[in-house]
Order: sequence, then C-alpha cells, then structure tokens
Amino acid sequence: MKLDSKIPEGHMSQKWENYKEHARLVNPANKRKLDIIVIGTGLAGASAAATLAELGYKVKAFCFQDSPRRAHSIAAQGGINSAKNYKNDGDSVYRLFYDTVKGGDFRSREANVHRLAEVSLNIIDQCTAQGVPFAREYGGLLDNRSFGGAQVSRTFYARGQTGQQLLLGAYQALERQIGLGNVKMYNRHEMLDIVTIDGKARGIIAKDLISGKLERHFGHAVLLCSGGYGNVFFLSTNAMGSNVTAAWRAYKRGAYFGNPCYTQIHPTCIPVSGEYQSKLTLMSESLRNDGRVWVPKKKEDCGKHPNEIKEEDRDYYLERKYPSFGNLCPRDIASRAAKEVCDEGRGVSASGRAVYLDFADAINRLGLDVVKARYGELFPMYQNITGHDPLKQPMMIYPAVHYTMGGLWVDYELMTSVPGLYALGEANFSDHGANRLGASALMQGLADGYFVIPYTIGNYLAGEIFTKAIPTDHPAFEEAEKQVRDRLNKLMNAKGDTPVDEYHKRLGKIMWEKCGMARHAEGLKEARKEIQELRTEYWKNVRVPGDINEFNPELDKAMRVADFMELGELMVMDALNRNESCGGHFRVEYQDNGEAKRNDEEYSYVAAWEFKGDNTEPELHKETLNFEEVQLAVRSYK
Amino acid sequence: MKINLKVWRQKNENTAGKMVDYSVNEVSPDMSILEMVDVLNDDLIRKGDDPIAFDHDCREGICGMCSMVVDGRPHGPQHGATTCQLYMRNYKDGDTIYLEPFRAHAFPVVKDLVVNRGAFDRIIAAGGFISVSTGQAQDANNLTVEKAVAERAMDVAACIGCGACVAACPNGSAMLFVSAKVSHLNQLPQGKPEASRRAINMVKQMDAEGFGRCSNVGACEAECPKEISITNIARLNREYLKAVFTSTEE
Repeated sequence: MKLDSKIPEGHMSQKWENYKEHARLVNPANKRKLDIIVIGTGLAGASAAATLAELGYKVKAFCFQDSPRRAHSIAAQGGINSAKNYKNDGDSVYRLFYDTVKGGDFRSREANVHRLAEVSLNIIDQCTAQGVPFAREYGGLLDNRSFGGAQVSRTFYARGQTGQQLLLGAYQALERQIGLGNVKMYNRHEMLDIVTIDGKARGIIAKDLISGKLERHFGHAVLLCSGGYGNVFFLSTNAMGSNVTAAWRAYKRGAYFGNPCYTQIHPTCIPVSGEYQSKLTLMSESLRNDGRVWVPKKKEDCGKHPNEIKEEDRDYYLERKYPSFGNLCPRDIASRAAKEVCDEGRGVSASGRAVYLDFADAINRLGLDVVKARYGELFPMYQNITGHDPLKQPMMIYPAVHYTMGGLWVDYELMTSVPGLYALGEANFSDHGANRLGASALMQGLADGYFVIPYTIGNYLAGEIFTKAIPTDHPAFEEAEKQVRDRLNKLMNAKGDTPVDEYHKRLGKIMWEKCGMARHAEGLKEARKEIQELRTEYWKNVRVPGDINEFNPELDKAMRVADFMELGELMVMDALNRNESCGGHFRVEYQDNGEAKRNDEEYSYVAAWEFKGDNTEPELHKETLNFEEVQLAVRSYK
Repeated sequence: MKINLKVWRQKNENTAGKMVDYSVNEVSPDMSILEMVDVLNDDLIRKGDDPIAFDHDCREGICGMCSMVVDGRPHGPQHGATTCQLYMRNYKDGDTIYLEPFRAHAFPVVKDLVVNRGAFDRIIAAGGFISVSTGQAQDANNLTVEKAVAERAMDVAACIGCGACVAACPNGSAMLFVSAKVSHLNQLPQGKPEASRRAINMVKQMDAEGFGRCSNVGACEAECPKEISITNIARLNREYLKAVFTSTEE
C-alpha cells in the first residue's frame, strides 16, 4: 500500500481551512445511527469522546483505570502551549509552528504541525470556559510562563498541576455526556484486539478486568487514544498501567507503526535509588525557568556537599554550551548534556548518575515566597521522595524516559492505515517529529480530541451511514476473541517460576542500555537478539497466578509485557535503520562534537512499519517529508 | 530493615475477608510503601501464593488511584500525601503496619485492598461540570477572573477524587468531595449560570449512592491528601440551601 498522508492543497496557513470547507458532513439524524469506540480517556480520548457525543454520535469509551479521570495525562505538571501572544512578545501561529518543527528536529509533518499551532488558540478558550483554573495576573487575565525550546512566553499553567486540571475539564465534559446518555463508559476494561471486517475497523475485543470476561463491541469507527509506550523501558515517568497493547494490537491488524525509535528522555527526573524502584518521578521542566543546572568542574568535588562547592568550581554546563537558550534548551539536548558530564565522571549522588538543579539564585532574586508559589507542590514532592529540601540545597536530577514521539502512523485526518481506525494524542506519531517540546503534549492531545477528529471523522463516516451495526457473532469477532483467549490461556498455562515484573525489568534494562539516550549499531544488533531470547523465555517460563475469570492484575500486566517484548524489537530495528542522529534518537556514530548530526538527504522520512507475520520481517514504508515553509537547518540553540 | 504487615485479604465483594500476617525483609528506607508491597508480591508469586491486589497507577500522588488505609488512616500517617507517596524512611526495623481497603458503604470491595469508587463518577455526571460544548467558547481573556478567586478555585480543584474523605468519615460521607467540586465551579464566573442545578443535582446523586451525612467530625479534612478545607462543606451547604430556596427550575 502506498502511504497517502492526504495533506490538503493550498498554502500552509490555508490547508486546514480548505480541508474544513470541503470535508464531508454527516447530518444529525445519521450521527445518531453511528457508533464510535474510544479507547483511553486521557486528554485525547476524553476530549474526543465528549466532543463526538456533543455532536450526536453514539460513543462507547473504555479505560483500564477505575475512573476515566485517572488517565496519565493527569500527571503532566508544567503547562500547555498556545500561540495567543497575550504577552505581546512576538508570538504567532507561525512561530509556534516553526518552533515545533525545529524542536522536532525537522522530522515532523509540516501540515499537521501548522494545524496544531492554529487550534492551540481554541484550546485555551475551551478549557477556560470549562472552568480550568489557569494561573492569572492581578488584572484577572491569564498568565504565561516560558518553556524549553522557545524564546517567547506562551505556556499557560495551573500551578504544577496543569495536566490534572485540563484532564478534569475534559473528564467533566465526558461525564456530562455520560449523564446525558450519549456516552456509555466502560471503566476497568482493557482493549485486547481490533476487529476488522473487509479491511475496515469494525470493533474491538475488550476484557472486563473485574470479571475477566471477554466482550465484543461493534463500532463504525475506532479511536485509539491509548497514550505512549515509554513503559517498554520498565522505568519511566509513565504511570504503572500505561501500555502499548491497544496500539500494538492495531499494528498487528494492519496499522503501520511510525518512527518507533523516537523516545523522549526527560532531563529533569528524580534519579534511580535502587533495584526495587517501580517508576521514576518527573520534576517539571518549568523548573528550568528558575533553576540552574550544574555539576562540579572537578571530579574530586563530586562527593562534597553541594553547598560547599564554590561558585568558581561549578560548571553551569548548559549556560556554557548553549548561551542563547541556556537552561531552557530542548529536552533531548539537556538530557544528552547530562549524560555527557556524568560519563566524564562529574556526576553527583552515590551512583554518580545525577546533576544539580539549583534554585539559590532564583531565591535571592525573587524571594522564597515567589519561588514557592511558582512551583506549587513540586518542592514538597521532591523532598518527600528524596528526604532533601530543594530550597536549602540543589535538587539532584537525571534524565528518564518520559514520552514517545513515535506511535501509530496516521494521515492528516488522524486515520491509521486501517480505514476507520484512528489514533490520537501520544498514541500517534504525528506532530512532534524526533523530539517534543515541553508543554506541547497537552496541546496535541486536546487539539486532536476537541478540534481535529470532530471534523475529520465526518469525512469517513459520511460514507458509512448505510452500514448497519454488524452483529458481534460475525466470524471476524469470533476469530479475534479466540486469538485473545488463546493468548490469555497460553500465559496462564506457562506455569513457570518467574514473575512478570522480572521479565519487564530485564527488557527495560536492554532497552535503556542499548536503545536509550545513546545508541550504536553493534549495541542495537545485540539488543535485538537479546529481546528475542527474552521473549522466548518469557512465554515458557513466566508465572501468572490466579485464574482468567477473575480480577487478576498480574494477568493484565502479563499481556501488556508480552506486547512490550514485541514492540521493543521493532524499536531496535527502527533505531538501527535510521543511520543518523535526530532529536531523541542519538546514534553515536553520527555526531559533530557531541551534537546530533542529521542526514536530510537520506532520512528525511517517516519510517512506517507494516506487520507481516510473527516470523516475518516487517516491511518499511517511507513517507517523504516535504518542507514547504521551514528551511531545513542545523538545529542550533547556541 | 524488617517490616511486619497485617493485610486485609478478601477474594471478592461477596466473600468475607480477614487480616493475614506477612513480613518483608530488607526493606530500604528509600522505598515507597507500595514498592514494599511489590517486593512482597514478587515473593508471594514465586511461592505460588496469591499476590495482594491493590490499586495504584501514577505513583506520584496525582491520579488518585491508590487507596489503602494504613494503620487505620486513609493514605497513612503522613499529612497531605497519598499512599504512594509514603516512604519507608518513616518506619523503623520491626514495625508492624496494618493495610486495609477504604471502607465505606458506597465503596464495595473488589478484591483485597481494591474498592469500587464508581459512585464518584456518577456524582460528577449529575452536575460536576460546566455545560459548554466544544467550540462554544469566547476568547479566554474576554473573561476576567479575580486572582484570589482563581486561586481559591484551584485550591479545591486539586481534589484527586481518591475517596480518602469518605473512608475517613465515620458516616461514610462524601461531602468533602462534593463540596470541592461545587466550590471549584460555583465560585468561578463561568460556573455561575448552573450553580443551583449543580448543587442540587450533585447532592441528590450523593444521597442516592448511599453516602452518609456530614456531622462535622473533620476527619475528611485531616486525611485529605490535597488538604482540602472543610470550610468548603459550609460553602456547599450554603449553595445548596440557596439553590433550594431560590431555584426557578421545576
């Protein structure tokens, strides 16, 4: 199949308008006859489910948590970008578009990014109208802060809980539709397969996680809003339950997987403390507004208490290397710089894998109260986890896996390569290229759900108004359910001696060491072999307690890890294929004095992988990226 | 260090539960209490026993999923923190810790420490929102909100819907939860048009779910991981009474 990104005609700034003017519409009476399934209730899923229900479609929404309000979008701290230019500092739709394309190291699709920048204006309006308590100035107007990768202040925030407040806004809109009977909500349900009939997505197989029963649900369209796959690394800032299963099952049913190797390693996380560690905690990037990153100049100072190290013996390495962006350089660059100084032996903490983030200057400049007010609960959170007070001594931070720019390949309409199957938010690959800028994930999730899919889905569903609901005893549903049941039985019956988590940790270690912040061909080849071996061992030797037909979180986890094992291999293959460094993908063979070296001639494309069978190599399709507006350049933050 | 645990085990909603003794060796002070249960579960699985079921997800105190009662207190002894934020450096070698589910009539046990808090979603669905469909909004800066009001709204919007207030209350009342949402939305200018409906409908649903009445005990405020003040309950009562007497709806 040829990849058709369906980018509309016209000048970049006119494409979305043109599209909306010509997209097909579905009349209200027909909307009532069309069923839409939404998987996941984070920013993308909740906003999509609520908006589509408002329009009159019949929506079924699914989440694995006990309530849609718990989706991991809730943990985003810092803020959401919008090109409102309320600060009068020269911002515009074009600048947000440009910053995002550049921040993504010129590996994203321009037309999608431009649309994202356009609708960013509407998002702030919508959320404010919903009662999201954004930070305000004394005049009663909205406040902004600055964020990495931008020279304007365009980030709206609600203390250190922006993701929570935006999600609650979307969740409340969703609950309103549930109360009105327009959305049927399935909590504690996990999607375990997509059902396709005649090449179109027509439903799902879901597991009721309380009873263990498998259910079949029909839909005229299926939306995957299931988030990213950072938990393939075991340790990440993702919630424990975040998983790739929905996206991976879609891949195995024909949806191409785009740029799986693009992973974002966030520079400001609390360092690992021991083997028992279950997850890593992010300290918002907004802290880099006022915090200064440093390590000792001399290795022998690393063991000293930070407050005893003199100013002239400190290396503020980001300010030194990137004078114009300083501590606010993008995430991939800040992360690699931290790794570099630690590799040189100048890292701090017992493990030597940490750097300082220091607020002493900000406290002197602004006063303790202002600094405390600005970062709300982040300081107590840090103190609680580490036992140290960041107002008295610098924080210790280290990069950790945070976000995945890769995801299901989608066209301009957010449709995957399977007709009727869409991917929104972090689950798709589309807007962030090889690196996402801070405060852009919330923007993209809500853009996709509130302002993109409601327009684009009509273009498909207008052709489905004569399709009657397909009964779920159709052979395609039978077959999909049987496959799921077989997989569940196989895991239960392995009856080995090793718990799921141990395999997950081993997988994570391979991924972190060989497909993490720095990658090279030899390591990637080894990783592929190691993952294959681990996977074979897993299916033979995993121990899943309990039964299928009961509440069994270990079984749910076992299914997720089984999919991570397959995804891990594809990530490694993608990283090996991409013989360049760009954004979050850093191949040590391709660099200029430590800076990523892109190869635009050969790799200015989206790698979209097609599943060809369990024992067959996937096929690589290339979507060439054509840049009409932005000049390709070396991404410099110096 | 070594920690002894007494954990509530209950197969499902319809069977009786009981406390069971466990102990965990080599507990590190840098572990969270949930990571200690992970270690115990790893051991139980290897021994062929049934691991302890407990709810958790973000493990950084914001999703509201973790829900256990630690030594008789929802989310444990630490003020203003969730269970997942409770670190073992607060304990010493040989301590015994009791782990139980959130107990309330309206929160039936699913298994062990896991309960069903679906009632909270239904209360929100009854009125915990502002009716503004996508696309209807005006420019955000057309509406000014006094900074102090926005801050007060944010204080209560911080509620994570965990249900600790209900578990802490001797009456199993959900008044703190409901008052937090009513206070958040009714204080803001955007929320005023529906203020009466909101208060009436949310209280009605709260009663229908089988939550108890508030008798000003104050345990909810003491145990709330987001430190939501009980004064919001007074505001809810005011909003509710005002609505009952002045509402023009049938």
